[in-house]
Amino acid sequence: MKTLTDNWSTYWDGFLGTLSLFAVSAVLSLVLGVLIAGFRVSPVRPLRVFGTLWVTVLRNTPLTLLFFIVVLGLPRFNITLPFYVFAVLALGCYTSAFVCESMRSGINTVPPGQGEAARSLGMSFGQTMSLVVLPQAYRSVVAPIGSVLIALAKNSAIAGSFSVVELLGTYRTINELGYSIIWTFVWIAVGYLIITLAISAVFNLLERRVAVSR
Amino acid sequence: MTVESSALYDIPGPRALARHRTYGWMALLLIAALIGWVVYMLFHTHQFTAAKWEPFQYRGVQDLLLRGLGNTLRAFGWTVLFALPFGALFAAGRLSDHRVVRWFATLVVEFFRAMPLLVMIFFVFVALKVQPLWALVAGLVLYNGSVLAEVFRAGVLAVPKGQREAAYALGMRKTQVMTYVLVPQACRAMLPAIISQLVVALKDTSLGFLITYEEFLHAGKLIATNLDYDLPFIPVVMVIAPIYIGMCLLLSWLARWVERRSRRSPSMRGGAPVVKAGVAMGLPPAAQQ
Repeated sequence: MKTLTDNWSTYWDGFLGTLSLFAVSAVLSLVLGVLIAGFRVSPVRPLRVFGTLWVTVLRNTPLTLLFFIVVLGLPRFNITLPFYVFAVLALGCYTSAFVCESMRSGINTVPPGQGEAARSLGMSFGQTMSLVVLPQAYRSVVAPIGSVLIALAKNSAIAGSFSVVELLGTYRTINELGYSIIWTFVWIAVGYLIITLAISAVFNLLERRVAVSR
Repeated sequence: MTVESSALYDIPGPRALARHRTYGWMALLLIAALIGWVVYMLFHTHQFTAAKWEPFQYRGVQDLLLRGLGNTLRAFGWTVLFALPFGALFAAGRLSDHRVVRWFATLVVEFFRAMPLLVMIFFVFVALKVQPLWALVAGLVLYNGSVLAEVFRAGVLAVPKGQREAAYALGMRKTQVMTYVLVPQACRAMLPAIISQLVVALKDTSLGFLITYEEFLHAGKLIATNLDYDLPFIPVVMVIAPIYIGMCLLLSWLARWVERRSRRSPSMRGGAPVVKAGVAMGLPPAAQQ
C-alpha cells in the first residue's frame, strides 16, 4: 500500500497517460477502420485492393516493428512530431486493421435480403449502407469491437518503451526510488485491470442495449 | 453479403460504370502520389547511397542478422512447445467436473488474458530477474497458453452433443470420451484458430526487443545506429520488415489453407464446425455453454 500512496502522482500521471493514449488511438482506429471497411466493400476496385493490402499487411506486422518504423523511421524523413503523436499513429493504424475486419464480418452477418430489399426500393449504395445495412451491422459489431479496443488498451503498454508517459513506464521511476518491485508491478497490474474492466463493462452495457435476437 | 454476390449495389449500368472508373482512377492517382512521395523522400534523404547498403555485404553484419532471426525463431519455438501443453492442461481444468479445479483454471486463464503481455514480460524480467529469453518465453507462454486454453475449450464444447452421448452409451469412461472422441474432433475443427494464435505469438516475440533480448529487431537496431555505416536505418527496415511480415504472412496463409482444406474434407461433416482463420487481436472464439 505504501508503494501506491507514496508514488500516487507518478501512478496517476501514468494512468492518465495510458487513458489518453487509449482514447485518442481508439478514435483514430475506429475512424480509419470504418473508412477502410467501406473501401473493402465498395464497387471501386483500386480502393478494394488498397483496403485488402492495408489489412493484410498491418495484421501481420508485429506492433513493436511498427513502433520501431514509426518512432525511429519517420524522423529520417524529416518528419519530427512528439513521441505521443507517433505512438498514437502506430497504435491507431495497427488497430484500424482489426476494426476493419470486425466491421466487415459485421456487415456480412446482415442477411443479403436486406440489401436487396433496400435496392429494390430504389436506394443508392450510400443510402443502402447508411440506412439499412450499417445500423444492423452495428449491433453484431459491438462485442468484437469491444474486445479489439481492450486489446488496444493492453497494447498501449508498448508505447512506454518509446518515451511516452504511460502506466507500465512508471516502474522505472518507482524502482529507482527503491520501492518493492513486486508491489510496484501489482499496482501497475491493478491500473490496467481497472481500464480493461471498465471498457468491457461499457461494451457489455452497449451490447445489452442494442442486442437483438437473430 | 460479400462483394462478389454484391447485394449492396445494383449491377452497374454504363453511366455508373463510367463513374466507378473515374473514382477508380482518382483513387489510383492518390495511391500513386503517396507511393511517389515515399520514393521521392527515400531518394531525397539519400537512403539509396552505397554507403548505407554496403554493410549488408559484410559477413559480420549478415551473421548478426541471421543470429537475430535465429533467436526470434528460438523464442517462438519454445513458446509453441510450452504454450500448447499449457493450453491443453488449463482447457482440461476448465472443463473438469471438480469445482475447485475448474475455479482455479478459470482464475488463471482469465487473469493472464486480462493482463497486458508486456506487463507480464517486464515483471518476469525486472522483478524475478530472469534472463531475457526466458522472461520473453514465460510471458508469451502464459498469455498465448491462456488464449489457447479458451480455443481448446471452445472446440470441445462445439462438438455436437450426440458425439459425447454416443460415446458414453458405448460405455466409455470420462477420460476415454475426452481423448478418443471429443479432443480429436475439437483439434481438427480448431486447427485454423490454433495456427492463427501462433501467428500472434510469432508477432509478439518482437516484444523481446524491449527487454534487450538479442532478437531480429535488436540486431537491426545495432546496425542502424552504427555511425561507421552512415546510420542505415531505412535500409535496415527495408531488409527486416519484409522478412518479419513475410514469416507472419506465411503462417497466416497456412491457417487459411488448413481452414479451406478441412471445410472441404468429408470426414469433418457432422462434427464440430470449422472455425475461421484470421489473425486475432481480441478474444478467441467464444465457447458456447
